[in-house]
Amino acid sequence: MSAVTTPETSYTLRDGKLRGASWWKQVGWRHIVGVLGIAYAVFPLIYVFSASLKPRTTLTGSNELFSEFSLINYTNLFDTGFSDWALNSLFISTVTAIGTVLMGGAAAYAFSRFRFTGRRASLTALLIIQMFPQMLAVVAIFLLLLSLREVFPFLGANNQLGLIAVYLGGALGVNTFLMYGFFNTVPHEIDEAAKIDGATHAQIFWTMILRLVSPILAVVGLLSFIGTYGEFIIAKTVLSQTDKMTLAVGLYQWAADERNAPWGLFAAGAVLAAIPIVVLFLFLQKYIVSGLTAGSVKG
Amino acid sequence: MSVGQQAGSPPHSKKRPSRPLGDASAARNISKGFFVKLAVMAGFNAGGVYGLLSAWAVGTWGLFAGLVVAVIVANWVYFSRRAIPGKYLYPGLLFLFTYQLFTMAYTGYVAFTNYGDGHNSTKEDAISAILSYNEKRVEGTAGYPLTVLEDSDGDIHFGIVDNGEPRVGDSEEGFTNVDATTDGTRITALDGYTVLGFGDIAARQDEVVNLRVPISDDPNDGSLRTTDATNAYVYRSLLEYDESSDRMTNLETGVEYAPNDRGNFVSPDGEELTPGWRVGVGFENFTKMFTDSRISGPFFQILVWTFAFAFLSVATTFALGLALALVFNDPRVRGRKIYRSLLILPYAFPGFLSALVWRGMLNERFGFINEVILGGAAVPWLTDPWLAKFSIIMVNLWLGFPYMFLICTGTLQSIPGDVLESAKVDGASPWRVLRSIILPLLMVSTAPLLISSFAFNFNNFALIYMLTGGGPNFSGSPLMIGSTDILISMVYSVAFESGVKQYGLASAVSILIFIFVGVISWLGFRKTKQLEEL
Repeated sequence: MSAVTTPETSYTLRDGKLRGASWWKQVGWRHIVGVLGIAYAVFPLIYVFSASLKPRTTLTGSNELFSEFSLINYTNLFDTGFSDWALNSLFISTVTAIGTVLMGGAAAYAFSRFRFTGRRASLTALLIIQMFPQMLAVVAIFLLLLSLREVFPFLGANNQLGLIAVYLGGALGVNTFLMYGFFNTVPHEIDEAAKIDGATHAQIFWTMILRLVSPILAVVGLLSFIGTYGEFIIAKTVLSQTDKMTLAVGLYQWAADERNAPWGLFAAGAVLAAIPIVVLFLFLQKYIVSGLTAGSVKG
Repeated sequence: MSVGQQAGSPPHSKKRPSRPLGDASAARNISKGFFVKLAVMAGFNAGGVYGLLSAWAVGTWGLFAGLVVAVIVANWVYFSRRAIPGKYLYPGLLFLFTYQLFTMAYTGYVAFTNYGDGHNSTKEDAISAILSYNEKRVEGTAGYPLTVLEDSDGDIHFGIVDNGEPRVGDSEEGFTNVDATTDGTRITALDGYTVLGFGDIAARQDEVVNLRVPISDDPNDGSLRTTDATNAYVYRSLLEYDESSDRMTNLETGVEYAPNDRGNFVSPDGEELTPGWRVGVGFENFTKMFTDSRISGPFFQILVWTFAFAFLSVATTFALGLALALVFNDPRVRGRKIYRSLLILPYAFPGFLSALVWRGMLNERFGFINEVILGGAAVPWLTDPWLAKFSIIMVNLWLGFPYMFLICTGTLQSIPGDVLESAKVDGASPWRVLRSIILPLLMVSTAPLLISSFAFNFNNFALIYMLTGGGPNFSGSPLMIGSTDILISMVYSVAFESGVKQYGLASAVSILIFIFVGVISWLGFRKTKQLEEL
């Protein structure tokens, strides 16, 4: 396998430009691999984009790439539940992201700035709890929401606030550590100085610390947004009414509907639903890839 | 609800006794923040009291107890001067305890019960359900001229005139005397209610026909029901429940039904009354997975496939990602940035959408792969047990290789050049350098990520469910499970999609996953230094 020529790179470069056969042997083939790799990576995306532009709506007609151009699927989307789903997804993901940032940030502040009994034990407990994804308890979550519905109807099954509350249950576990590390990098001297000037702990938290750690707040918020946006199993269990569904649950219904096969609609919906996430994702790449967040989104 | 609770805390609270400004009195120091806190706490307490009242009303005692604790702790934490860290931890912990810790514990409880269809509720509920299912019109009793009424909430009530007294009731309340206008036999108007006309009744026919209004508190007295919305008749259960002996008796045949330890009333010759109620069944749900031949066969296949899928997912994505990373880790290749940003597109595309797009492309009759790439072949990508497994691995490779590509690229770049240089000087072949230097160094930093990737794929419900739905299904199993199901999709299927819902069995499988995930995470845990940083 010639991929292992890597270590040579540093010297061959100094020898000047390669030409002809030796260029092909050492560099050129890498471009071929690259082009093949890109073709593999991108063709399903091209396929779905092309399918979304067909005037026909079924799977059968979607195979000739870019043979027709029509926006009918996009305009038809707005006669369906799609706009409800998109708004629901945005609402649920945004509220969850804000709640996650506030609660995770507050917890990280407590762990980073105060020394109290049980601090170490709580941190260890959080570290252990966050290993278990919430969805393992999906049956119990469903049963809990069934009984919650009788007491707090807005927190029960088939209610978006109920779903948000479930998601917020996972807010501390995954994110506290990411934030805790960052909070520790803000020097304690800043708090001390503020305290001497008479600031309360609440003032220090809301007006100083939160501003100093705003980069990590943004990252955690956006990661939580992406994660919530794509969450499927709990959303599917909790939300059963069509107009309350999120994009993941709603689009699943379309793609899995073999009888009516609204494939064109699905393709158009998928393109629109993917755009915000792809943009956020490319923007956040380096945080998502760092080990700290591994598994919190996907991979 | 409680996101804003950490808003403000008493400005006068002292964290350190040595505060240099001296003891400013609380009265002088009350700030905006304090009022914000007061308002939030007032709202929280109001919600708490409302919850306590309605939990009391419907008799959900577990929730009642939880609420009492939550409200008391909240007030103590936010009005005490001492619990400062608590003020910042409480909201997060409240959600964590309710939706993560409690649900885990509850999963553990449900796993040891027969909770599910047929055993959904308490014994009390089961008794009243049995009595109402077996109701029959009592022959020879007179009918009551009936008025169907709707209250301000839109709920339907029955109104009758009994011995000259107008009475109104619904399924929960039973009949109460009211002050209504009557025409002697029938209620014609009542304050706060609308009398439903023929058209309204026709529109809500099901509700009207299914409404049963108990005559008294004793379910054995029966209830009033109607079939035509103009007359109501007394319906009484064929069965009678006697509390002191805890027996159900069939009034026509005289057969006695006794409760058994499975949560059912059973007659001496084995006839069961449904529904039952939920009871603890010990380890039965667990032993069923291993001993009930109709479940244990599929279960073992699923168990093996879960591990195989998670392992192959990590292995294939890592191999491809590493290979690509090695290919592009050469500064002489121009346009590497473009290659990289295009190669990670599958990873940026939302995972649930990718699985669905691939589902369409792999469709046996109309899919892109069969029709275009294979020129009209009919390969059953998603419906043949082995090909479906293969397809899942392949789709997951597409989804996952960019992640591995990115982390491998990062690690390769951090390997110091002089190490590689000295290996070359010592005459190591490129293959040798890869095997003895690059790979070991790479594994050190990527091993924890590989383990967490394994743990993630172990529970990759969305991919499996969206691509194949777990199918093709095993024949002969009472559960809707199939050869591409992994444990978590088996949980979902057993709990929600297998005809008869079996929450108990599903929770038992969840418990197994908890154990597996715990072990896997523990292995990964030892590799990280997170613990030391606390």
